[in-house]
Amino acid sequence: MATLEIRDLHVTVEAENGPREILKGVDLTVKQGETHAIMGPNGSGKSTLAYSLAGHPKYTITGGTVTLDGEDVLEMSVDERARAGVFLAMQYPVEVPGVSVSNFLRTSATAVRGEAPKLRTWVKEVKSAMEQLQMDPAFAERNVNEGFSGGEKKRHEILQLELLKPKIAILDETDSGLDVDALRVVSEGVNRVRETGEVGTLLITHYTRILRYIKPDFVHVFANGRIAESGGAELADKLENEGYEAYTKGGASE
Amino acid sequence: MAEAQNIPAGSTTAGSIAVAAESTVATRMSAPPSFDVRDFPVPHGREEEWRFTPLARLRGLHDGTAVATGDGLRVEVTAPEGVVVETVGRDDARLGRAGTPVDRIAAQAYSSFEKASVVTVPKETVLTEPIRIAVHGEGGTVFAHQVVELGAFAEAVVVIDHTGDAVLAANVDFVLGDGAKLTVVSVQDWDDKAVHVAQHNTLIGRDASFKSVVVTFGGDLVRLHPRISYAGTGGEAELFGLYFTDKGQHQEHRLFVDHNTPHCKSNAVYKGALQGDDAHAVWIGDVLIQAKAEGTDTYEMNRNLVLTDGARVDSVPNLEIETGEIAGAGHASATGRFDDEQLFYLMARGIPAAEARRLVVRGFFAELVQQVGVADVEERLLAKIEAELEASV
Repeated sequence: MATLEIRDLHVTVEAENGPREILKGVDLTVKQGETHAIMGPNGSGKSTLAYSLAGHPKYTITGGTVTLDGEDVLEMSVDERARAGVFLAMQYPVEVPGVSVSNFLRTSATAVRGEAPKLRTWVKEVKSAMEQLQMDPAFAERNVNEGFSGGEKKRHEILQLELLKPKIAILDETDSGLDVDALRVVSEGVNRVRETGEVGTLLITHYTRILRYIKPDFVHVFANGRIAESGGAELADKLENEGYEAYTKGGASE
Repeated sequence: MAEAQNIPAGSTTAGSIAVAAESTVATRMSAPPSFDVRDFPVPHGREEEWRFTPLARLRGLHDGTAVATGDGLRVEVTAPEGVVVETVGRDDARLGRAGTPVDRIAAQAYSSFEKASVVTVPKETVLTEPIRIAVHGEGGTVFAHQVVELGAFAEAVVVIDHTGDAVLAANVDFVLGDGAKLTVVSVQDWDDKAVHVAQHNTLIGRDASFKSVVVTFGGDLVRLHPRISYAGTGGEAELFGLYFTDKGQHQEHRLFVDHNTPHCKSNAVYKGALQGDDAHAVWIGDVLIQAKAEGTDTYEMNRNLVLTDGARVDSVPNLEIETGEIAGAGHASATGRFDDEQLFYLMARGIPAAEARRLVVRGFFAELVQQVGVADVEERLLAKIEAELEASV
């Protein structure tokens, strides 16, 4: 069973007056089949955790370890991490001019699966995944994220999640900027992948709204660069009622 | 109708649609067209038509100090049966009919060439194989004149291939008879030191269609000036361009479409990729719709993909409309960059860095490569693009 282990992870970014520490010792274990919600106020470091796991060059790891089934993730390049089974659904996916969605998906699937998918089954696979996400087939001929609405970008991220079938899926504020209908469609996509039981999900969100559609097994409150409190789904209800105030004012249970 | 987006530092994109009583496209030139170099002052670099060009790198083509070496440029014409290939003197009546030099270097070329090459496809001759004109520089400084003429209803594809090292100033005339169809693929695959400045004049007959694909990879400085005008109604021009500007290279494409005749069409699509310090691409797209050119349909577009820091793009579309009775007119220019975030996004989907870059550039140029229509040239272009990318990774 695939397991992502994060131990005492410290991460800095370059700021105007030198490096600034954003993650201050994160410990977390995500196993295949589990869904972990990471909730926290703005600026708590949630997205930094997501991008650090994916290997974004902006973040410098200054301490700690991350392993996937014992393999050192931090030693891997960005593309190696993806091929090892780490997937990051981004909050702000970038436009890639000149590359069509269909070409991008196929190139990506070829890289991750280690061989080009057979054309006939691939076309069907993409078509049915797009239908389930209520995406117009014409979408495939557009350039990656170019001119996409917020909802289209998120559907496109989840489409990739469904096609690439990672071991660990990190969803960085996938719910932000979505109306209720789009949130439902996107959540259903995530749930289809979860129901296979083959993915460990790290659901990063500011709001509890998405947790009505995607039920987490564990909820972690992220504050000041580390996990301040962990619990079950009931912790989300507490946050819904009380907000993050208790954590931002230094009252986190240590 | 102008659009500009994602403009990186160091690039300028300007556009204008002018509706003027007097043609600014014509008057922006510092002197009226002439075949005589003496009618043009030596440019100092601030003239509208010279302001983007590094004059110091022109090897004296612009100020009269460049001296023809007599040889140092090999031209081989391979033509299918039925095509007439001639070398003629300066007084041949077929020279200079498609257009007149509009700047000093074109006039210098016209004033200095000794022999011209004339390729004629007789009327109603439909070629199934391309005419190939191989221009290979062997280090010389050369002034040249080339004419390609198609009789009425003739059809031909011409591939002009520039390789090697040379300092070349030239005028090239394409004359299309009524109903003729001509595709010209001009490949500038020069060595690093070459300087190539040319004016391409095209005169499109009634109901004739002209397609040009200009591909520029090489050279230290390449400055091409394709100009289109129409001799009768119903003419069509499709102008495609692809350039890959590397470190230190200056590649300039200046288009002028003169809609001087009613019911003609033009469509221009130029795309460029740039990489490396001081890579400089210039695209000027001037379109003039004269008052008498009712029913004109024109569109022009320039796209640039900046692959690294340190490159510069100047893209200036300019559309001037003197009549409201047109079918359509528009232009677009956009310069975007392939940046670290795009690279991260593609790599985060398992795609290795080198492949990510290839994916982007290949996709960007694909629609233009398909326009070539000559299989071996298409293959060579794709291979060339790959090689350019290999060099950058």
